[in-house]
Amino acid sequence: MTLLYSEVEEELRSSVRGLLADRCQPAAVLKRIESEPYDLDLWKTLAGEIGVAGLLIPEELGGAGASASEVAVVLEELGRAVAPVPFLTSAVLATQALLPTRDALLGELAEGRRTAALAVSFAASPYAPARGSSVRVDGGGRLSGTVTGVAGAEVADVLLVPVDGDLYAVEGASVEVAPSMDLTRPVATVTFANAQGRRVGACDLAAVLRFGAGLLASEQLGVAEWCLETTLAYVKERHQFARPIGSFQSIKHRLADLWLDVVRARAAARNAVADSSSVSVAVAQAWNAGVAVHAAEEAVQLHGGIGMTWEHPVHLYLKRAKATEIALGTPGDHREALASLVDVPGPA
Amino acid sequence: MNEAEIKERVAAFLGEHDPSGDRLEFLRARFDAGLAWVWFPVGLGGLGAPRELQQVVERELADTPQITGGKQGIGLGMAAPTILAFGTEEQKRRFLRPLWTGEEIWCQLFSEPGAGSDLATLATRAVRDGDEWVVDGQKVWTSGAHHSRWAILVTRTDPDVPKHRGLTYFVCDMQAPGVEVRPLRQITGEAEFNEVFLTGVRLSDDLRLGEVGDGWRVAQTTLMNERVAIGGAPTRRGGGVLATVLSAWREQPELRTHDLHQRLLSLWVEAEVTRLSGARLREQLAAGQPGPEGSGMKLSFARLNQALTGLDVELRRDLSYDDWTFRRSEDVDFYGRGPGYRYLRAKGNSIEGGTSEILRNIISERVLGLPSEPRVDKDVPWKDLPR
Repeated sequence: MTLLYSEVEEELRSSVRGLLADRCQPAAVLKRIESEPYDLDLWKTLAGEIGVAGLLIPEELGGAGASASEVAVVLEELGRAVAPVPFLTSAVLATQALLPTRDALLGELAEGRRTAALAVSFAASPYAPARGSSVRVDGGGRLSGTVTGVAGAEVADVLLVPVDGDLYAVEGASVEVAPSMDLTRPVATVTFANAQGRRVGACDLAAVLRFGAGLLASEQLGVAEWCLETTLAYVKERHQFARPIGSFQSIKHRLADLWLDVVRARAAARNAVADSSSVSVAVAQAWNAGVAVHAAEEAVQLHGGIGMTWEHPVHLYLKRAKATEIALGTPGDHREALASLVDVPGPA
Repeated sequence: MNEAEIKERVAAFLGEHDPSGDRLEFLRARFDAGLAWVWFPVGLGGLGAPRELQQVVERELADTPQITGGKQGIGLGMAAPTILAFGTEEQKRRFLRPLWTGEEIWCQLFSEPGAGSDLATLATRAVRDGDEWVVDGQKVWTSGAHHSRWAILVTRTDPDVPKHRGLTYFVCDMQAPGVEVRPLRQITGEAEFNEVFLTGVRLSDDLRLGEVGDGWRVAQTTLMNERVAIGGAPTRRGGGVLATVLSAWREQPELRTHDLHQRLLSLWVEAEVTRLSGARLREQLAAGQPGPEGSGMKLSFARLNQALTGLDVELRRDLSYDDWTFRRSEDVDFYGRGPGYRYLRAKGNSIEGGTSEILRNIISERVLGLPSEPRVDKDVPWKDLPR
């Protein structure tokens, strides 16, 4: 077990980073975000040319047969760019749910020909997997009910719906997107009205959400890193009182503390992929979610007036950070889980 | 050298030396076998092996006589790496063996009443007199000076150049005439610290470490090692001071409240991510990719230790204190003393070995590349500085 990055991971990182530098600058994300949040051309390139969509899928099923560790590096880069692509929702969450079934759909997902979403609230957690869902299935495999707060649903060709331990593939549900906090990953309400589902196999939803939560820590690390680096560059350039504001101790000390939080977030994220135990995932989420939000809040504050504007992309990161703080369990949910996992019981 | 080879060496060593015999003889033999600190050179207590193999040695020799880490901390953590980096062959051979076995205890004569965080303004003078130097001045916050045989000492040898350039580093003989050690009673009631007065102390030139005027660079090596020594020790999950709080928590359920539970869980997480970060740093070092993470280890350690010891006192609702008797303690005792002692002693963690403020300056300037604050004393000869 290692907490470092392998050479293969660094190569993958540099391909993803290179592509995002060309195609997904924060200013470009900002420009399209209100009319068309997702960049499906970019997604097609990421999936088709770099092969990120099939990382988790075994080679015999058409994927790359990589591990969570490579997926984590991709998520770091996508987080740094607040890239509006359905990688986490399709290639991580939906794919992980589908993997045990070895369904043929996996091959299509691997190639990026189709995109899936898990019809689960993004605010559900390994500890409350059914939160936000009222979906039921009748004897004929017809699904009814709604799921609120589903991420990636509006760009999914197929919805994977977990109901009572089974996973159904459904096409043709009603997907309604209302304005969301996170502009780069909006959430939708999904409604099924006697929709015909195809049972694809069994699904341990809590385990899937735990897997996703562990990896989300790497996306949060990427968000925090961008915020720290962008703020460092700004405070070196911005002059007030005839000095760069980054030479004032009050600012330097805040950034030193933030750096230390990010250093520890990197160790926590690497640990969550090296050791996917419940404790490691809970630690990574309890720490990294807060670090991403704190980094984005510090970035807004230390950019001064410009930090509060629409024109500067830092708000995209704040919105992403705050949304992922809620997603797949809040830091408080994960700390509460630790209480029993590591034997720190609460008051009677 | 790999893990299997080092295990073979340890087994061979144990075949020749009986751990149940004389303690000191055993420790001396362990040093001579290169099993003191395996990453040091052959002949100096090491084997020139990768540093992480030390953990293997410690595991294999866990049931044999041990050095006393606390009392020897300054020698092991600060003096030894500095002597290794800047000492002559003769100095290395003279000092390292008794330092490691604990036959000679070391202290660190750095801080002065007027030079703490701004260490380079120190005023203790060393004036050359033939083959000797004559040292006059006062040092402060010197842990363990009362039981030390040797000290690492920074002095001013040229007052006419700017402060960083006129310093020279020595090994000070604590038994030399003119060395006077006076206890400093601390917030805990005891005196592990001292004031040290140096009056006409004569040190031979072969006790100088590094070049004349190069003392600041030598001191930097000591200080960097000090921070790693204070904050960088490997711990197990849920271990260290956290373990002390956790056992009180588990044993006395009637003391638990929701508020304390939340705070304890947050600190548990912080301790765990700090531990992981230390583990990652050690992996980087072993892979030959030293990262800047080391600068943060002491800072996180101080914060955590203070938060945990404070929570411990609050949890127990215990207004007692174990012992206010004035004593000369041998070392910092976080595990043998009560929660009140731990709370009060932890206050020093963010001051000793570089204040948390100075460490943040170091991180922001050397790691993050932020501009330094304007330095009005940079090019001024030391003798002209306002004091």
